[in-house]
Amino acid sequence: MTSIASKFPVPARAGALAGAWGNPWVSFAVRRTWRFIASLWVLITAAFLMIHLVPGDPVRAALGLTAPAALVRAKRQALGLNDPLLTQYWHYLHGIFTGDFGTSMTSNLPVSEVIADRLPATVEMAGLAFLVVVVVSIPVGVAMAVLTRGGRRRGGELAFTSTSVFLAAIPEFLLAVALVYVFGVKLGWLPVAGRSDAASYVLPVISLAVAPAAVLARIVRVELLAVLGNDYVRTARAKRLPARLVYVRHALPNALTATLTLGGLLLTAMVAGTVLVENVFAWPGVGSTIVASILQRDYPLVQGIVLVYGVMVLLVNLVVDVLLALLDPRSTIRES
Amino acid sequence: MGKRRSKWLAVTRTPTGACAAVLLVLVIALAIFAPIIWGARASVIDTDSISQGPSAGHLFGTDDLGRDILYRVLVASRLSLELAVLATLIGVGAGTILGALPSILPRRAGRFVTSAVNIAVAFPGLLLALFFAVIFGVGTTGAVLAIGLATAPSFARLVQTLSASVAGRDFVSAARVAGVGRLRLMIRHILPNIGEPLVVNATIGAGGALLAFAGLSFLGIGVQAPDYDWGRLLGEGLNRIYINPAAALAPGIAVVIAGLAFNLFGEVAAAVVGARTPIRRLGRRPEPVPSEEEPGLARGDAVLEVENLRVSFPGRSGWTTPVRGVSFTVCTGEAVGVVGESGSGKSLTALAVSRLIETPGVVTADRLEFAGKPLLEASDRELRGLLGTSLAMVFQDPMTSFNPTRKIGRQLAEVSEQHQGLSRRQALARAVDRLRAVRVPAAARRARQYPHEFSGGMRQRAMIAMGLMGDPRLVVADEPTTALDVTVQRQVLQLLARVRADEHAAILLISHDIAVVAQNCDRILVMYAGRIVEDLPTRGLLTGPRHPYTRALIAAVPDLDADREQPLAVIPGRPPEPDQVPVGCAFAPRCPLASERCRTEDPVLADIGGGGRVACWHPVVDAHRAEITSQAFVGVTDDDSELASTGTPG
Repeated sequence: MTSIASKFPVPARAGALAGAWGNPWVSFAVRRTWRFIASLWVLITAAFLMIHLVPGDPVRAALGLTAPAALVRAKRQALGLNDPLLTQYWHYLHGIFTGDFGTSMTSNLPVSEVIADRLPATVEMAGLAFLVVVVVSIPVGVAMAVLTRGGRRRGGELAFTSTSVFLAAIPEFLLAVALVYVFGVKLGWLPVAGRSDAASYVLPVISLAVAPAAVLARIVRVELLAVLGNDYVRTARAKRLPARLVYVRHALPNALTATLTLGGLLLTAMVAGTVLVENVFAWPGVGSTIVASILQRDYPLVQGIVLVYGVMVLLVNLVVDVLLALLDPRSTIRES
Repeated sequence: MGKRRSKWLAVTRTPTGACAAVLLVLVIALAIFAPIIWGARASVIDTDSISQGPSAGHLFGTDDLGRDILYRVLVASRLSLELAVLATLIGVGAGTILGALPSILPRRAGRFVTSAVNIAVAFPGLLLALFFAVIFGVGTTGAVLAIGLATAPSFARLVQTLSASVAGRDFVSAARVAGVGRLRLMIRHILPNIGEPLVVNATIGAGGALLAFAGLSFLGIGVQAPDYDWGRLLGEGLNRIYINPAAALAPGIAVVIAGLAFNLFGEVAAAVVGARTPIRRLGRRPEPVPSEEEPGLARGDAVLEVENLRVSFPGRSGWTTPVRGVSFTVCTGEAVGVVGESGSGKSLTALAVSRLIETPGVVTADRLEFAGKPLLEASDRELRGLLGTSLAMVFQDPMTSFNPTRKIGRQLAEVSEQHQGLSRRQALARAVDRLRAVRVPAAARRARQYPHEFSGGMRQRAMIAMGLMGDPRLVVADEPTTALDVTVQRQVLQLLARVRADEHAAILLISHDIAVVAQNCDRILVMYAGRIVEDLPTRGLLTGPRHPYTRALIAAVPDLDADREQPLAVIPGRPPEPDQVPVGCAFAPRCPLASERCRTEDPVLADIGGGGRVACWHPVVDAHRAEITSQAFVGVTDDDSELASTGTPG
């Protein structure tokens, strides 16, 4: 009997505590928070270990072979690299939770200050680009699904699919170079470097947005076509709702789950894509900073920026999961 | 082996696949031969022509040491490709090990590996590559390792998914029962069977690695001077894009072409290895075909009049016509049943008269009128109000017929908001009232629930309530009870009967179960292979069905007196596929009375008096022959005819 009881947990009404656990929202929140914390811990530990996994002496590598031994020793001392590994780990964790990410080896500025100075530019670029992706791809995908449903307009379908496959295959930094050539060099319409007025945002945002927009538009179309084959869409048509309502109210919300999942993946890829695009346009964000600091072997700064990028990715994933749970009233939130 | 090879060859038979294959061969050939042919010329330093634009001597100009850009781009193809392939191999190798480990390691350790992979997969490849590039150091080796390891988690995930799908198959279970160890099971039985999709994905992955490598080299983290790949050339070219744009554009184009070659080939291969969709060539749209059929008697005030209705769909080889000229009338308040086996065209007939057949389906009819309005000529907009309030639909599967993301009450209320001009609140109140009318308990609370919170029978009632939001003159119920439990079936049918009595609505009840139809309808249309073969009043069903098929249907219904020792009555053979309807009477191949004439001439549905019509050259008229007919069907094989399996009393 006991084994059966343990296999089938007590129903939600049995008690206050069981009630809280039985609530799918509570268990979803607990489970998802726990996963976020676990991922964050892995991320922080990986960032910490990074400097220790570098073959040889990272300080020697950073300062160069010609640097005097005394300077190297002093730097090692300052970075705490001579302490036992666990002590260093403790200091690192402590520092992160008090906002101390160490000091840049090249500029001697606090890493947190450099990041605070540079992060807004990156977030702005990625955020704007994502906005463009959503605003463009969802209407285009819906329109293409409606126009090509049930094998209509095969020519249009082929044109759309091949265009979107082609656009999606161009990596952001190559598109950036092409845009610089066309709009900067040839036409001279738009600035090609730096972040100043609104015009300076155009090319970076476009380079970052085009490929994900093409991918997402294709997915929206395919998902919507799949949804249009469902019985409940036929029911909606049987109610003689105007086509607009059938597509937007009944079909689109059901196509959004897959779209949102993919949208999250695309947004994380775009966050990473800023590294390349910032370098083409000399954009003063964390992306151009991390490349410079990798080349200069400024490890504390690299560690800090890796953490920032990682946390952005984790946050995007968290937000996507919460939205998915809110959007789908069915079993998603109860699944483990 | 031969089969596998032909599969890969099939990739090159599609236009896209052929393009991709040619592109891929060209890129690989370039990588092999370019350094041999132009290797020396690409590194000639010419201080007289530093940083020049395109000219006859240097098609794409020169770099800052006067070296020819074109040759350098061509020669760089080898290193670019080599590094991409190398990184992919590392990624696939490490990914396969990571993906296979959970099946080999002890459970706890396996779970640890799985969750580590899950966390790593969440990070974009470029971030992982940057992370590893820091550890392995700036340079070619570091970048190869970095990109390889960065792709490993996604390959690990792929291997896990693929092997999970293989692990459930019979031969793996058999090997497991035979005591084959887990490691051996993985290596001998699972991995070889996931090789093909893995290779396909690795091809796509190589395209990705090529782009990623170009990115790292472009940033200065990958290939270092004096070596050069496309990414490095691009980085150098961008600095002088105002002086010589070709220096930046040429390597960029090379990267795109090579990346596209790998990607496209992989995608086409994936489509071929997976399901293939044949390309169809359709003839002209089907046009109305004149009918010799006698239309049903015009009896009183008809709510639905159908003459020579045909429904066609594009098939594998041209158009097929699953509904081939159907004529009938439904009068006000009348209940008409349509019976037939699956594929007889009864559901399509129901959808066609409700104007719910969508492109690519084509509906034609000499006449299709609902409440006096022609349905085929009018536009959606003109008919919206009429059909939205006067024609109610009840579909087969209540589980899938409601929108899972909207509350039941709102889905009902929509009808009144749209067609009756009610406000949101009024419409919702009416929805609750209608739910109450179909005896949904706690209607107000239920209206706020989602479909998945309703039971099947409850949902079917809600569906009927949806039809009652307006003022229905006709309820088209397409197999409304098929997906429900037997006890619930009765309740739903009773509810339909009540709706008919209370609202004076006619009912068109589609079912494969002649017993259900006989109990609930005044008149029965028997359909076979897209035609009505008999139209008879229900009271004539037990005594006077004329068509051998109708008789066979009745004979196939078991009753309580049936001798349990005797096999169940079934109709031998199967109905024809819509694209393979034989010449003559479609039922002839299964009919015990069929003659030569039945196999050459198609009988027309003709009036036989007494309110009945039949399409048969040898209609059964006397009781004696009827006995023979129904006996002829008893005890023959094919027992998965759905007719034989329904209505059996417990």
